[in-house]
Parts: sequence; structure tokens; C-alpha cells
Amino acid sequence: MTDIYLGADRATDAEAAAVDAALRSRGVDPVVRPETERLYTSGTARRRERRHFLLPALHALQNEAGWISPGGINYVAEVLDVPPAEAFGVATFYDLFRTEPPAHDGDTFHVCVDAACQIAGYDDLAASVRAAGGHVHLGPCLGQCERAPALFVQGAGGRPDHVPADDEPFELPQAGDESLRLLRRIGVADPESLESYLAHGGYRALRRAGEMGAEAVLEAVAASGLSGRGGAAFPTGVKWRAVAAETGRPKHVVANCDESEPGTFKDRIVMEQDPFAVIETMTIAGLATGAQNGWIYIRGEYPLATARLQGAIDAARAAGLLGKDAAGTGHDFDIAIWRGAGAYICGEETALFNSLEGFRGEPRNKPPFPTTHGLFGEPTAINNPETLLNVLDIILEGADAYRTRGTERSPGTKLLCLSGKVGRPGLYEVAFGTTLGDLLELAGGISGNGELQAVLMGGAAGSFVGPDSLGLPLTLEDTRAAGTTLGSGVVMAFDTSDDMTDVVVRIAEFFRNESCGQCVPCRVGAVRQHETLVQMQRRGSLSPARRALIDEMAEVMVDASICGLGHTAASAVRSALALGLIASAPSR
Amino acid sequence: MTDTTITETAVTLTIDGQPVEVAEGSTIHSACVEAGIETPTLCWAENLTPVNVCRVCVVELEGSRALVPSCSRQAEEGMVVQTGTPRVRHSRRMVLEFLGSGVDLSQADDLHHWMKAYGADPDRYGDEDHPVERVEEPVKVQDELYIRDYSKCVLCYKCVEACGDDAQHTFAIAVAGRGFDARISTEFDVTLPDSACVYCGNCVGVCPTGALQFKTEYDLREVGEWRPEDQTVTRTVCSYCGVGCNLDLHVQDERIVKVTSPSDHSVTSGHLCIKGRFGWQYVHGE
Repeated sequence: MTDIYLGADRATDAEAAAVDAALRSRGVDPVVRPETERLYTSGTARRRERRHFLLPALHALQNEAGWISPGGINYVAEVLDVPPAEAFGVATFYDLFRTEPPAHDGDTFHVCVDAACQIAGYDDLAASVRAAGGHVHLGPCLGQCERAPALFVQGAGGRPDHVPADDEPFELPQAGDESLRLLRRIGVADPESLESYLAHGGYRALRRAGEMGAEAVLEAVAASGLSGRGGAAFPTGVKWRAVAAETGRPKHVVANCDESEPGTFKDRIVMEQDPFAVIETMTIAGLATGAQNGWIYIRGEYPLATARLQGAIDAARAAGLLGKDAAGTGHDFDIAIWRGAGAYICGEETALFNSLEGFRGEPRNKPPFPTTHGLFGEPTAINNPETLLNVLDIILEGADAYRTRGTERSPGTKLLCLSGKVGRPGLYEVAFGTTLGDLLELAGGISGNGELQAVLMGGAAGSFVGPDSLGLPLTLEDTRAAGTTLGSGVVMAFDTSDDMTDVVVRIAEFFRNESCGQCVPCRVGAVRQHETLVQMQRRGSLSPARRALIDEMAEVMVDASICGLGHTAASAVRSALALGLIASAPSR
Repeated sequence: MTDTTITETAVTLTIDGQPVEVAEGSTIHSACVEAGIETPTLCWAENLTPVNVCRVCVVELEGSRALVPSCSRQAEEGMVVQTGTPRVRHSRRMVLEFLGSGVDLSQADDLHHWMKAYGADPDRYGDEDHPVERVEEPVKVQDELYIRDYSKCVLCYKCVEACGDDAQHTFAIAVAGRGFDARISTEFDVTLPDSACVYCGNCVGVCPTGALQFKTEYDLREVGEWRPEDQTVTRTVCSYCGVGCNLDLHVQDERIVKVTSPSDHSVTSGHLCIKGRFGWQYVHGE
């Protein structure tokens, strides 16, 4: 029974049935069911016990009706005991949800307009979709930069979401390279077969971890020097140790699969091509930290990765590799998948928690940190798939052997997302310390007119470097010293024919659109920054006062924003100005 | 008689070079108050949970890369805090400037002093050919009790908190949309009478910018007759039920023009119900 006030609008039978089906399938999930029961009995007013079903319910409404209607919101509000104003506030937060009736009843064709697709001519793709009668929605990076321009088809009328490029056979540029570590099973093991994964060494690491025990796993991960591969490079061993030290409360392992940094597609390929490795390493993380609940939060634009991960979870569970006494380790662990709905900010870990819990994906102020106050306010180890994958070798060959690759301060290998004007765009794995120039050579050198103008490192939140940086060793320490970043592994090349002003203005627009709006420095600063650059573009010049203003705006965004989005929103813009890629460039 | 004294653990921190002792669990902001250091706030209020979104109260904390919001960050033993450094002043100025560049702050009286103090110049953005984006929305006048003018809204979340967990538990409004397009809204922007709103007016009570306003005040302002300098404030006790809420009656020209409650009042914490907040017409024999 609810004491929530609902307006007169009622859901259609089809909408109600879609929501019911979504809740039913979520509700019987081995992680979700006990967790929900626990939250229900321990719930607080803010949490509203079944609130974490909100996102799946909204997905169901959107997919059924092509929008989220007032009747649909009321239905969800009633069954989940969520105030309709809050459910509406959540629905309007995401790009994949619409709260106005669609002008068409077909699918929506999302075409990416971010840098890699910009220089690959997304407008031609959009035009051809429109010519075929498709409804185009221009939007941010879809995580397919190696096959730009990118397209994602959002289904309506109950039709599934679909990425046309997923129908093409997958090829790894470095296929057959003996030195591959993280990518060694890709193209070799069948991602849809547990038997194949086992035949290629799968689940040896989890069994080994079970023999070693949690403490020894924590020691090995710490000794390996592994750090987070999402951009912040936080030591994984420290994070896991902190979660392991928490006792008396339920704990969680979250795989941050919301990869949305423009130019980044590494985790998508890992999840699509090696899903069992993600599941196995999450289970190891659960064992090491003492967490029993695994959650995968994956961006909504990754239907193939979602399906493959779900298939892997189902197969692993059927084989006793998940669930009670997973793989005979004595540790209980299971995993549920939660789909995001189009919001860059939800890759920020605390925004991700809020989103999964059914709130707006607004970052939380830190401290407290996720290791003590994470998902549902409980201790949480959150890592992305690339970070997790490293744990296999750390367990199997030991920290010392792991450290033979890479450098002292950046041990191991790194996945790099090559896109833009390179001969063979795609996902590459190299040891830390490989130079930028060697990496670009490995990827077939500069394509287009062959003359390198700049490389975007680390994505929209990263920075540009010029052709004089080809000798830069790709390590955390060297990139930091050079004033740039590896970030999430983006290496996007531009040739001298690319209009960098267009690219930089679009990066500024990206932040303007993706700011969650919670804090003033970012909400307004990202808008004013974009406006100032548009003004520069129209005028063809930037006055000294405007140039100074960009720095002043950047300072407050870096100093006073709540989260990393605001902290990095001016990074690429400032580096482009410093390199003379924009503003001082001659008119073309 | 038994000794009922509870020993509070105190922490000592340094603010602007001066040692300050506060009870454990206190915020840096309350330590600043303790030390007599004035700190601008916008989204903070003593009767609401800190949401630390406006960032105008930021201070420099030794060892922290970014500035920290003083309103929510707890004071810790040995913290070294600076409130007047160029970085702090710059961020505060820019936050005020950003707000002023995007919304109408003409009735945000508390901010005017700070904008002057920090030299905020909201008009330096854009130019004649490139006007900046501002929040511009028609005033929502949907009943006789209060109006909503979101072109004055700074998104401090106070009204959402007062409507929700912090006071009324009605949840009629929430933040909808994202980024600069984020707005305080009912579901699908339905009118207040069609929403869960119970007209307690607690959102009006906490609004710092005049975005939410008594209809009486709005009407008087519209005809240029709103004169705070001519108003008296009389404290009384609400006559409707036995709870004993304190009311502050704001009176102009011998008519009640709005009703508030002191936020430090033990019964109300500043929050009222529809009767205490809006039910004064009988006083005037109407």
C-alpha cells in the first residue's frame, strides 16, 4: 500500500505488463532478491526500499512505448513506492529516456557526434539513416570510436536495442601477438562458451585465489602495483584492503562498465570478447574483500556486451562458479547486471551508485569514500573491467613476474584505444613505457594526409599533445610530468586537415551537455566555457580578456566542482590553446 | 542528583592561523562561525541537511588538492584551513558571478553583499552578438498562496529538501532534467494543485532568492508596493491546534503579508503547515 499521491493518468496494459516483466526478471535474480529483502527490512526513508528497481522499470517503459508516459510514471511510482516527481526527475536525467511522446513509432538511431566520429563524417551517416526513413538522434560518444562514425539503434515497441556494427566479425589488430596478456584470449576463446574459456585457462586464477586465501590475494594485488585504469590510477591493492578491513556490514564489488569517456571503447571489447574474465575477476575481488554481492553497471548503449556478460553469468552460475561456495572457494558470491541509460556522469563512481540505487546520477561529495560508504551506503570495491583483468596474471604468475612488464612506477600493460587518423584503429595492448610514436606506428601510422597535427590523450577529459611528443613514454609518471594523462587509454590522432577548432568546440559542448547540473562551477562554468569558444570560432579570434576568462573559469571548475567531470572540463580546451591548435591557427 | 553531563569530544583545528575548538562532528563552517569568520552560504541552512552543491562556502584545506565545502566537511583534529586565500576568493567570486550570469538575483538579498565583497561581475560574459544562455521562464502563478519564478532559481535544492526528507515528506517536487537545463519540477511539470503539494509553504520558507514567494508578496512587488523597511515582525503562537508553533507575522500597512517561523524554534525548526503558513485571512475578517 502506498501513501504516495498519484495523478489521474494510468498506464496502458502493455506498459504495466512491461514493467511487471522487468521487475519479475530482476526480482528473482540471486543477488537482487536477498539484497532487496535485506534492504526492505532495514530500509530508511531516503532509500525507499525497492527504489533500485527504478532504472530497470524505466527502461521497460521506454522500450515498450518509445517514451515514459505520465501513466507509466504513476504505475512505477505506485509499485515501487517512489514519489512520481522523483521518478520523473530520474527519467529526465538520462539521454535514452524520453518524457515527451515520440513523433514516430520507429526505433531511434543514435549517431555519435564526438571527436572520432566528427572527423570521420558523422553527418554523412546521419543523412543516410534519414534517407532510409530512420529517426536520427545526434548524441555523445557511443564507445565505438575504432569504427567511426558510430551508430546505436534504440528499439521501441518492445524491439531490442541493436548496434549494426556488432553484426560484423570482430578482429583484434594485434591478433596472434604472443606478448598479449590482457587480450590474449580475444579471438582465441569463444566468448559465448564457458568450456572454451576453461580450455584457455579460465577459472584457474579463482581456484588459485581460493587456495591462497583473501589475505594472500590482497598482498599480491598490493605488491603488483596495479592501479585503476579508468583515469584516476588509484592503487587497487589499497582500495581492496580498505574494503576487506570493513566488518559487520554487507559489502559489494561493483564493475564500473559505464565507459563513456569520448574515445574509449576498451572495456566494451573486453566485455564483448572476454566476458568470463570479467566475471571471474569480480569473483576474485569478492573473495579478497569479503564482499558477497557483485554488481555490473553497464552503459545502456552496449547491448552486445550486456548480453555476453549475462550469458557468462548464467553459465558460470550453472557450473557452480558463482553462487554459494563459488568454484569451491568457500566464498559465496553472485552478480547482477544493471543497465545505465545514457549519462557520462554515471561513470563517476558515486554517481554510478546513486544511479543504480534509483536516484539521479549525481556524484556524492567525498569523503566519505566508496570503500566505507559505497553502494547502498555500504563498503564497496569499484573497478573497471580492464583493472580487474590484470588480477588474473597477478594471481597466476605472481606480483614479481607481473612487474617484469611495464616500468617500476607503472607496472604491467595498458589497453589503449586508437582512433582518429591512424592506419588501423582499434584496441591495442602494450607494456607501460612504450612511446607514443611507437604505438602510433603499431597502429599503422598516421592516415589521412599523413601529417600529424595533434593527439588527444585520455579523451575529452584529457589533453592534446603535439607531434613533438612522439617520444613520450606512455606511463603514468611520464604523462603526468609532461602535463598530460593516459586517462582511460584514449589515443586519438588528428592530421593537419582536421579543423581543431571544431573538435575543441565540440568537446566543450560535450561537457556542457553532460554536466549533471548539481554544482554551480560545473553547471554554469561548462556553459560559459562553451559559449566563449563558440564566440571565438565565429569571430576567428580570441581577445586577451576572453583568453584570461577561460583560465579563470577553468580554475573554479578545477578547484570547487564536486567531481572529476568539473575538474577536467577545461583540460582539453586549455591544452589546445597552449599548443596553438585553436585561436591562433590561421583561418582555413 | 545524578550527573547527566555528557562529555563531548572536542577537536581543535586552525582557521586562518587561529586555533578553534569545536565539538566532534561539527563542520568547518560552524567552526568558522565559532571563530567569528563570516562565510557566505547559499544552499546551506541550519534546519536542512547540507547538500554542498552551491560551492560558495569553499575553503582551502591543507593537504586537499581541491577546495572543500565548509558547510558539510567535518572538522578534524589538526586541520589547517584558510578562508581568505586568493584561490578561495576566486572560487567564491566565480560561483557568485556564474549564478548572476544565469539567473535573476535581484531579490537574493543575502547575496548582494557577498557579490560586492568578492567583486563579482556577472555581466562580463557574452556580448551583444553572443548573448549568454540564461534561465528564462514565465512565472508560475497557479493559486493564491505562492508563486514559482524559476528564472530566479539557483538550484540550491533547499525546497526539494524541505518538501522531502528534511521536513514535509511530501516529495511533490524534485530536480528534473540535467546540467543547465535542470529545473525544480513536479512530475511532467503538472500544476501544484494537480501534484502532491500540500501547501505547507516550507519550500517558500527556505528559498534564498525569491524564486518561491508568497502570492501576497509577489502581488505587492508587481505594483511596486513591497516595502520591507515599512514592515513589522510580530512573534506569536499559531492558534489552530495545540502543537504550539511560533509564527512571525510580517505586517505591512496593517495587513499580514507573509508568515515565517524561526528556524531555531524547537517545535517547528522553521517549518509550518498550510494553516499556520497561509491561514491568516480571518485576522482581517475575510
